[in-house]
Amino acid sequence: MSKLSGLGGRLYRGDTSVDFIGMRRRWYAFSGVLVLASAIALSVSGLHLGIEFKGGSSFTVTQTNISVTDAQSAVTASGVAGETIIQKIGTNKVRVQTGALSVAQSNAIQDALAKKFGITTDTIDTQIVGPSWGKEITRKALYGLFGFLIVVLLYLAMAFEPKMAIAAIIAVIHDVFITVGIYALVGFDVTPATVIGFLTILGYSLYDTVVVFDKVRENTRTITSTSKMTYSQAANLAVNQTLVRSFNTSLIALLPVGSILFVGAGLLGAGTLKDLSLALFIGLATGTYSSIFIATPILARLREREPAMMALAKRVAVRGSATAVAAVKSAEGSSAVATAQKQEKRGPRNQPKRDRRR
Amino acid sequence: MSSSYSGSSRTPKTATRPGRTLAILALVLVALLAAVFIQGATSVKLGLDLRGGTSVTLQPRLAAGESGAVTNAAIDQAVSIIRQRVNSLGVAESEVTAQGSGVNRQIVISVPGDTGRRVVDLVGQTAELRFRQVLVSGAPAATAVTAANATPPAGVSAATNAQYAALDCTKAANRQGTGTDKATDVIVGCDRNGSSKYILAPAEVLGRQVSKASAAINQTTGSGWYVLLTFDDSGTKSFGALTTRVTTLPAPTNEVAIVLDGLVVSAPRINEAITSGSAQITGSFTQIEAEDLANVLKYGALPLAFDRGEVQQISPTLGADQLHAGLLAGFLGLFLVVLYSLLYYKGLGVVSVGSLLIAGSLTYMLFLLLGKWLGFTLTLAGIAGAIVAIGITADSFIVYFERVRDEVREGRSLRSAVESGWLRARRTIIVADFVSMIAAALLYFFAVGGVRGFAFTLGLTTLIDLFVVFLFTKPILTILARMHFYSSGHPLSGLSAKALGILPASGALPSSVKEA
Repeated sequence: MSKLSGLGGRLYRGDTSVDFIGMRRRWYAFSGVLVLASAIALSVSGLHLGIEFKGGSSFTVTQTNISVTDAQSAVTASGVAGETIIQKIGTNKVRVQTGALSVAQSNAIQDALAKKFGITTDTIDTQIVGPSWGKEITRKALYGLFGFLIVVLLYLAMAFEPKMAIAAIIAVIHDVFITVGIYALVGFDVTPATVIGFLTILGYSLYDTVVVFDKVRENTRTITSTSKMTYSQAANLAVNQTLVRSFNTSLIALLPVGSILFVGAGLLGAGTLKDLSLALFIGLATGTYSSIFIATPILARLREREPAMMALAKRVAVRGSATAVAAVKSAEGSSAVATAQKQEKRGPRNQPKRDRRR
Repeated sequence: MSSSYSGSSRTPKTATRPGRTLAILALVLVALLAAVFIQGATSVKLGLDLRGGTSVTLQPRLAAGESGAVTNAAIDQAVSIIRQRVNSLGVAESEVTAQGSGVNRQIVISVPGDTGRRVVDLVGQTAELRFRQVLVSGAPAATAVTAANATPPAGVSAATNAQYAALDCTKAANRQGTGTDKATDVIVGCDRNGSSKYILAPAEVLGRQVSKASAAINQTTGSGWYVLLTFDDSGTKSFGALTTRVTTLPAPTNEVAIVLDGLVVSAPRINEAITSGSAQITGSFTQIEAEDLANVLKYGALPLAFDRGEVQQISPTLGADQLHAGLLAGFLGLFLVVLYSLLYYKGLGVVSVGSLLIAGSLTYMLFLLLGKWLGFTLTLAGIAGAIVAIGITADSFIVYFERVRDEVREGRSLRSAVESGWLRARRTIIVADFVSMIAAALLYFFAVGGVRGFAFTLGLTTLIDLFVVFLFTKPILTILARMHFYSSGHPLSGLSAKALGILPASGALPSSVKEA
């Protein structure tokens, strides 16, 4: 732990620095592959929608030593035709899932199951979803998604800068896309709880991005007047400085989500807890990745195109090469060149900051 | 755009008064605790998915063969009809509510316990409005069959007569509409309020033959509310024939009952033959009574049918399992977060553990009180929201702690780092929490059913997070910064030079070492 804390100090001063922005093509390529894979998975296998979206019924019987074949024979006995999926959940539960049923048909299945297992119909956990209901839920989820993106875009544009808002939203869309892709690829069930999880990720992913951007803004406030760093360099320093924070906040957020997932999947087998936390778990991981590797490089790219920033980059380049040339001339040796380069990397990031602060 | 805090943060103000802030927090906690005791809110109301029960979501639409639009007033009327039906089950804490807005309003019925299929069968039927001539009326209690009433009046079978005698309208269970009354039958029925009981002739006019209904006040006297009723063409004929026939008959057979869902809403006496298709129902109505009656008539004009959107039946066993799993996940998540905070932040971790405890107790007390005041029920999704919020709450502390540590790395003393770090972290925390709030609010408005609980607890706990960070975490840190243990950078304080990665050679140890 203390090693990690020491790292925090080095990252903060710029002693240890990962060039997140300089290597952006690498991250873009990586994300591009993920997004492409998601698109392929979505178009080939599609999402595995739960009965809440398609309409259908689900009956769960809890009994020790319950068997799938018994449930199968009960369903057959009920005389309800159509496709049924019968699964064993955990050690003592069997779930029967069917397509959309009429009241009489679902009652028939309940009665048949109750008779077969010698229980009353009241103890069968039942969920019946009408066919038109799913459309309603899908529509609401989409409204929620777009409403959220627009409101947050406006809010961030006001609270930070319009370009930060754009970069943050691109990162969020990236997260949602990849998360959905993973769902399509692995074939996890998508239920309303999953959708809620998706929507929550948006908030979470932005939380991370907000923390990073806050630091970027602080670091870049006076760069045009000092001419010691380009926007990209200042932004990169910000990412490095907030790296420990991002890591800690993400980990702390993942711990409770992970425990819901563990308990939900391990003890209950299926249901709200598992669906919700799985979506959150996957989304949080991609959210942390995107705020560092995607959002900030995009922001830097957007800002570097501004004339003021391009001029700044030129001034910084001139200064940088001037000092380097001077160093080579005065030292006249290969080892001196190395030092100069090192200084070029460390010095400007470290020193001017301290000057400004005091 | 980026102007807000730059100037002031450079020169942190002298430390605010942490004692006073903490006193406010203590006051709030005590006030909430007192409210909990005074209100007698001893347990959190649990949702059906945690204690077992049946919930049915109905999507109202127009009954087959009708044209027009589903209005909010019609849905409200449908809710009260269904509530009447559900109440007849006699299950405590049953709820019937309309959710959502506009054309997508749904009716959500939740009944705890093992009622299962009965609820589903009960609520789905369309309720019809009918006009029936009154054949017999009387006091609501069950009566013995005596010589005086043994012979049924004309048009009433002996069986119906016996049924009438046995009917006890003082019992709520008998004032139940099921939508099963047939228009062509002679029926026995109760007044909606249980004030009398009736034998009613087959329906002669139907609700859908009503074209208009409204409540009006007598313009000349300025008091005396009445209901104006207009029939369509076929209704005009039927109602004309009915009134012409009954107006000369002896009471109570000169009354025409307005029957909704098998229950008598009103049974006005017919004073004259009404052949114009426009009738006035007068009586000693208050404004509300007149409007209620008009609404019933309007609803009857356009009866609603219901599509069964979703039915969920959860056995008490599964409910208990889900509750245990939710609580277990919560404790596990809390434990892991506490463990990580203590391992990583050591002394500072104690602050975050304390803050989490305060946030936890605030959340619990608010669950209790909101259950009492707003009927808030905790669902499984709600528990998940609260657990996820542990992470959000802890995130705020990390943002703050890391800021303070950054400030110390800059060479500030801990005391001033706590203040200047706060000014910077505060902004980040507010922006981030606000984004969470937007997410929670939109989720709440766009989500359906149980998952709304998730959005609600997420929003509530985000607010609590802000509250705790401002009123507890910050002042406590100000106080701790004055203690030697923290300000000297003790190895266990989480602020040691080693933990911060400050190089000894650079000489940038906190200046407060000298002060302390």
